Amino acid sequence: MNLNLKLKVWRQRDPNTRGKFVNYQLKNISTDSSFLEMLDVLNEELITKGEEPVIYDHDCREGICGACGLYINGRPHGPDSLITVCQLHMRKFKNGDTIVIEPWRARAFPVIRDLMVDRNAFDKLIQEGGYVSVNTGSAPDANGIPVKKEKAELSMDAAACIGCGACVAACKNASAMLFVGAKISHLTLLPQGKVEARDRVLDMVTKMDELGFGSCTNTGACEAECPKGIKLTNIARLNREYYTALV
Amino acid sequence: MVKLQSRIPEGPLAEKWSNYKSNQNLVNPANKRKLDVIVIGTGLAGAAAAASMAEMGFKVKSFCYQDSSRRAHSIAAQGGINAAKNYQNDGDSTYRLFYDTIKGGDYRSREANVYRLAEVSNDIIDQCVAQGVPFAREYGGTLDNRSFGGALVSRTFYARGQTGQQLLLGAYQALSRQVKKGNVEMYPRMEMYNLVMVDGKARGIIARDVITGKLERYSAHSVVLASGGYGNVYFLSTMAMGANVSAIWQCYKKGAIFGNPSFIQIHPTCIPVHGEDQSKLTLMSESLRNDGRIWVPKKKEDALKLQKGEIGGVDIPEEDRDYYLERRYPAFGNLVPRDVASRAAKERCDAGYGVNSTGLAVFLDFKDAIKRLGKDVIEAKYGNLFQMYEKITDDNPYKNPMMIYPAIHYNMGGMWVDYELHTTIPGLFATGESNFSDHGANRLGASALMQGLADGYFVLPYTIQNYLADEINTPRFKTDIPEFDTAEKEVQDQLEKLMDVKGTMSVDTLHKKLGKIMWEGVGMARNKEGLKKAIEEIAKLKEEFWFHVNIPGELNDLNQELQKASRLADFIELGALMARDALHREESCGGHFREEFQTGEGEALRNDKDFTYVAAWEYKGDDKEPAMHKEVLNFEYIEVKQRNYK
Amino acid sequence: MSGIFTSSLGKKLLMSLAGIFLIVFLLVHMGLNLLLIIYEDPMVYNKVAHFMSSSILIKIFEIILFGGFLLHIIYALILQIQNWIARPSRYNKANYSNTSFFSKFMIHTAIITLTFLVIHMMDFYIKAKLGHASEIIVDGVVYHDFVSEVVDKFKILPFVIFYIAAFVFLGFHLMHGFQSAFKTLGMDNRKYTPVIQVLAIFYCTLVVAGYSIIPVIIYFS
Repeated sequence: MNLNLKLKVWRQRDPNTRGKFVNYQLKNISTDSSFLEMLDVLNEELITKGEEPVIYDHDCREGICGACGLYINGRPHGPDSLITVCQLHMRKFKNGDTIVIEPWRARAFPVIRDLMVDRNAFDKLIQEGGYVSVNTGSAPDANGIPVKKEKAELSMDAAACIGCGACVAACKNASAMLFVGAKISHLTLLPQGKVEARDRVLDMVTKMDELGFGSCTNTGACEAECPKGIKLTNIARLNREYYTALV
Repeated sequence: MVKLQSRIPEGPLAEKWSNYKSNQNLVNPANKRKLDVIVIGTGLAGAAAAASMAEMGFKVKSFCYQDSSRRAHSIAAQGGINAAKNYQNDGDSTYRLFYDTIKGGDYRSREANVYRLAEVSNDIIDQCVAQGVPFAREYGGTLDNRSFGGALVSRTFYARGQTGQQLLLGAYQALSRQVKKGNVEMYPRMEMYNLVMVDGKARGIIARDVITGKLERYSAHSVVLASGGYGNVYFLSTMAMGANVSAIWQCYKKGAIFGNPSFIQIHPTCIPVHGEDQSKLTLMSESLRNDGRIWVPKKKEDALKLQKGEIGGVDIPEEDRDYYLERRYPAFGNLVPRDVASRAAKERCDAGYGVNSTGLAVFLDFKDAIKRLGKDVIEAKYGNLFQMYEKITDDNPYKNPMMIYPAIHYNMGGMWVDYELHTTIPGLFATGESNFSDHGANRLGASALMQGLADGYFVLPYTIQNYLADEINTPRFKTDIPEFDTAEKEVQDQLEKLMDVKGTMSVDTLHKKLGKIMWEGVGMARNKEGLKKAIEEIAKLKEEFWFHVNIPGELNDLNQELQKASRLADFIELGALMARDALHREESCGGHFREEFQTGEGEALRNDKDFTYVAAWEYKGDDKEPAMHKEVLNFEYIEVKQRNYK
Repeated sequence: MSGIFTSSLGKKLLMSLAGIFLIVFLLVHMGLNLLLIIYEDPMVYNKVAHFMSSSILIKIFEIILFGGFLLHIIYALILQIQNWIARPSRYNKANYSNTSFFSKFMIHTAIITLTFLVIHMMDFYIKAKLGHASEIIVDGVVYHDFVSEVVDKFKILPFVIFYIAAFVFLGFHLMHGFQSAFKTLGMDNRKYTPVIQVLAIFYCTLVVAGYSIIPVIIYFS
């Protein structure tokens, strides 16, 4: 089965220029293609015509690096759950569909060009304490730190975050609470991360506000759109950790 | 004339690394602050090295082409990381890990390097656990292990199917901590385009800002390459789309020696190709071979029906299935090393037993495992992989057997380095996948993560000091010296030349052509004729590229096509070198399989008398043949044997 | 500690605590109101109302209550404005995420509730404070005759409809607010969240029904 599609793609020159939607027609797209392979076809056509291709971030195309992220038909990463754009396949669309493609929109994620945004804010958040301070070579034997299996699993659930920013993109407040909550959970659930727990949560929350992310209203859009299924309970844990740190 | 000195320390094998560390030169803390190191790439090797050196007090400049250092392709490694902890009490030891790695690499790696790798493997696990990497655990709270190809023990530590991700995040977080402390300057979306040499030493780089398109100059006392693998020379591979050879290729052209370029690993369990527009291949972790059984139909007529889509795998009764790995290799069965498993799949498919519409796929079946362990256990172990498979193929692997086929996955070859990870250019080091060092002609599963982190955390931060100790009197220098001018002009000229072609073919079209030549001529099975043909075709493609490539947009601007074109220009040259290397090596070993050299049973046939060496290639100029040097490999502690997994 | 007033999480904590306080207040208020229809004798309600307006304890409570309202409203406004700023350009295609429905209209239901509150206060509370309400003397004590005030009002149909509509919107606000407050306080896990969700539905139904039944009964009696 092959598809004919109408694309409405956001084109924006740079952060300071106003963007607009441009319409494109695509013919004969295989349903076995991934969404990004469909965009490859579009770009190939644009290049042949001497036009500039649509710019977007992508790298591993295996759903793990977190580089890709497009807002497709009103949903981050498009019309499928637990998936990134690179793993979204065209069989999720019907012949004749119109596909609206927008960049992540948030004050903390300014558009660089077209569908490419600057997510440096996430790196800045991790730099505020999203780590365990242990120098290379100073670690005790790995089995010297026993960790309860359930805790390790919960920690892993949170650590699975790929930093793609879909949570921020989905949230009506462009809040980064799920991202920060996941990192706090990952580290606080483990004994290794407990030592610095207080400073970590205080610093990361301060930075989060400073970077211009909104606050959480427990709507759950982040959880619904997270490609890795990071749970809202991580936000509650972040809240608890923060209040405990305050007193 | 280049002299290859491997600088292997004196003493018995097990004491070489400690001897080295006891006798090497060190840099005192006050001087470390005065020394700058550039690190290219932020994967396991790069991020670990940058973080560790910054912790020691060096000033580090860290570069990556991605928008964030957390996205390096180490993140995509699924299965696990090896270490000789012997937590499972199954008889593992440093020596056994060393032995398995040498044997797995088909006796084409350096004993001393591999032993050191096995030695520090345990430190890596300790370090990562302390960083908060959530490895899988037993109910008692201790670490769990799984088994991987090419080993008879369970020594693989894992974090679900996302071990690479978790290890990389550990290193990324350590790196972030140093960024915050001001010891690391981070340069994301900055791609290295040239190496700057001053008085014969590596002293800096020319990098291009991906967003603005501007060329920038950076100086340092030493440059560390951690730029990953070059599998994308085949266009379709399991590599990230942006992974490229350009950083090491520029160094090769500046005189650094390239080791074993044709040693490429083909991973047996990837999702098969679906069509012409395909951009990328997706790996299914080797860990699946713990419980999955690989088979094709015994009868050709069944295979034909499968290819026409008339029946599915489940319709073929047990007695008509050929579990060919278990048949051919009863001792290791489905867990033979990757090169062996890949070739066996190709052999069956070439014989006409392929199971999908293209005839290029075999089954990986979990029916028995689900019967034995229950669906829940299988889901807990491999759930995310099964989900990924279903999303991509639209097929339920719990019900129908998975279809898989080998794909380009890793390169064992790379920058030639000595024991200190030092290339032949003073001050230029290479780590992780970008060097050639530890895996010989084939890498065992779960060893790439081990090597990347060994180099990054525990080897390079020591050995680089032996070099930097002599540099403490070299002040930081400016980048307005003639050497930087020349290096920048070289890049500027090359990029302008690319923009000026103004042809009609897109970069991807040309890249696909290169991929096809490489896969057919320099792929899983190679022969003299095919390799010669590939060399000719690559030469033609090079002309075609420089005559027809079409790059829209501007030179000094965000221009992804220009980025890709520049990388492709290097890939084309690399392709020729790989073919040349494969042609000269008249034996089969590991991932390098020459059809002329095989046993009666179709196994790789090594020629130890003539080829127990590293082929080290030296660039002689664009129009000249590269020169080949040999680093002869001496095996003092291991008996070189025919590999046997039967 | 200063983070409680400056950080987004601190503001949310205060806002949710105030919210829970108001949730409790709503129950108390409703309980008192129901006296109107439970007891035939109007003086029961009038006496309670008298106590409510004369006790010093209640006066203190009143100040706390106003504080609660103010805190809830002011912090909600600040956060809402910050949240608007966090997303300067809207999406062209609306968000199709499968999310808690009522959470998307909190500011709207809040404005409706606030408008209602102002009208409600002018009708009953301020009128009584200014002494405009009718009086009744029992055993030599002067009481405001709230009952007849209420009965007069709720004989007017548009007024009844307005009140009930306001209660329904308040219910929408509470549907999300109730469980959201617990999450903000950090209470969200597999065990308790379903219980809180059921409680939220029960509470909202109770509040909407409990408040609405009074004008309905009075109108038809």
